[in-house]
Amino acid sequence: MPTLFVPLWLTLKVALLATLIASTVGVALGWWLARRPFPGRSIVDSLLMLPMVLPPTVIGYYLIVLIGRNGIFGQYLDRWFGINLIFTWQGAVIAASVVSLPLVYKGARAAFEEVDGRFANAARTLGAGELEVFLRVSLPLAIRGIAAGVMLAFARAMGEFGATLMIAGNLPGKTQTLSIAVYEAVQAGNDNQALWLTLVISSVCIGVLVASGRLLQARH
Amino acid sequence: MHTPSLDVQLQLTLRSPDRSFELDVDFTATAQRTSLIGPSGSGKSTVLQAIAGLLPSVRGRVRVGDQTLLDSSLGIHLPARERQVGVVFQDYALFPHMTVEQNLQFGLRRLGQRMTAEQARRVDALIEQFDLVSLRSGLPRNLSGGQRQRVALARALATEPRLLLLDEPLSALDSPLRKRLRRELAEMLERVNVPALLVTHDPQDVEALAQEVICIDDGRIVDCDLSPRPFAG
Repeated sequence: MPTLFVPLWLTLKVALLATLIASTVGVALGWWLARRPFPGRSIVDSLLMLPMVLPPTVIGYYLIVLIGRNGIFGQYLDRWFGINLIFTWQGAVIAASVVSLPLVYKGARAAFEEVDGRFANAARTLGAGELEVFLRVSLPLAIRGIAAGVMLAFARAMGEFGATLMIAGNLPGKTQTLSIAVYEAVQAGNDNQALWLTLVISSVCIGVLVASGRLLQARH
Repeated sequence: MHTPSLDVQLQLTLRSPDRSFELDVDFTATAQRTSLIGPSGSGKSTVLQAIAGLLPSVRGRVRVGDQTLLDSSLGIHLPARERQVGVVFQDYALFPHMTVEQNLQFGLRRLGQRMTAEQARRVDALIEQFDLVSLRSGLPRNLSGGQRQRVALARALATEPRLLLLDEPLSALDSPLRKRLRRELAEMLERVNVPALLVTHDPQDVEALAQEVICIDDGRIVDCDLSPRPFAG
């Protein structure tokens, strides 16, 4: 059974951390873009949604260009900090964060836009600064929409394949996540293992979708 | 007691794709309760928001007594949170995720801070004064129109503002309720000793609530002629 548990644990670790990163960045960006129009807002919006429409392998390629050992940022990470993200589980976290970011961002932006601006103004007249308005008013009022986006992002990160394979490769016990393990099991003709892995990932994803559906329902 | 006068002089242009609106007003309110009346779209709510500090790029001057909240010639533009101006919003804008008591505490308890004993006493006193004792742990969505109005007023007064602004506080209500709440509001404003500026489109509000009236139309202060109900209908 270690062939099941090792990739499962790795997948959960990668998906949880990626969801954390995507949520922090996605919520902040969703809030910023929901506030008021500024020149170039639609361009920023399109760029943030890009990972949803691009083939994952293309995202993987972009990431190699950015954080690969000779990449635009990667060379400095390597030179200054001795950090190399390629073929590591941390690289898989970054890949999963990028592909799941649009789901949090889109959900958060829509949720913030739904919050009546008068609540924020009321808070300001009661002495609240912008951080306080965000933490005590906007965020709690948008939390259901954000939570639904976060859950979808987690499901997306769990199932991430293409970009992860490009960045982190397929190293059993090190970077081999569930979805990659399924692929390898099928390739190796190991049908029994492929079936178990598939059942595990399917049930987790169904659970997440049911939960996020309930959250969205409760919102309306 | 002497009421600090409210001295307002504002210039502002609001642009939307289909309309450009210019506001240029200059008035001084000296009464304890002043009403700013005008038809819908005349700019009265904009004046109120500008006084509260909720609009960017306003030019002019706003003074309450000897306190300057805005003076663009001197580069003074206090943000809303520093103006100590209490606002009762149209539809009240009570925080829907907070209880009545938490709504009242909001302006007293800063992020990550506990309330002092004195602040807690102030909230208790307001809850008592505005007849909210049985509602203190209720959520705004379960309150009636009159109860919401009381919470909104108590919340605005909790921070001991130097000026109270009321934006069409009765417009969301149907006629019989409106009449009753107008009377209640008049009584409450009578009791609290804070100068108030009330924005309305209804001359009946002026009669019941204000001692002084200022009329606005199309972004300008105009002579008042309330007798033939100029804004009715």
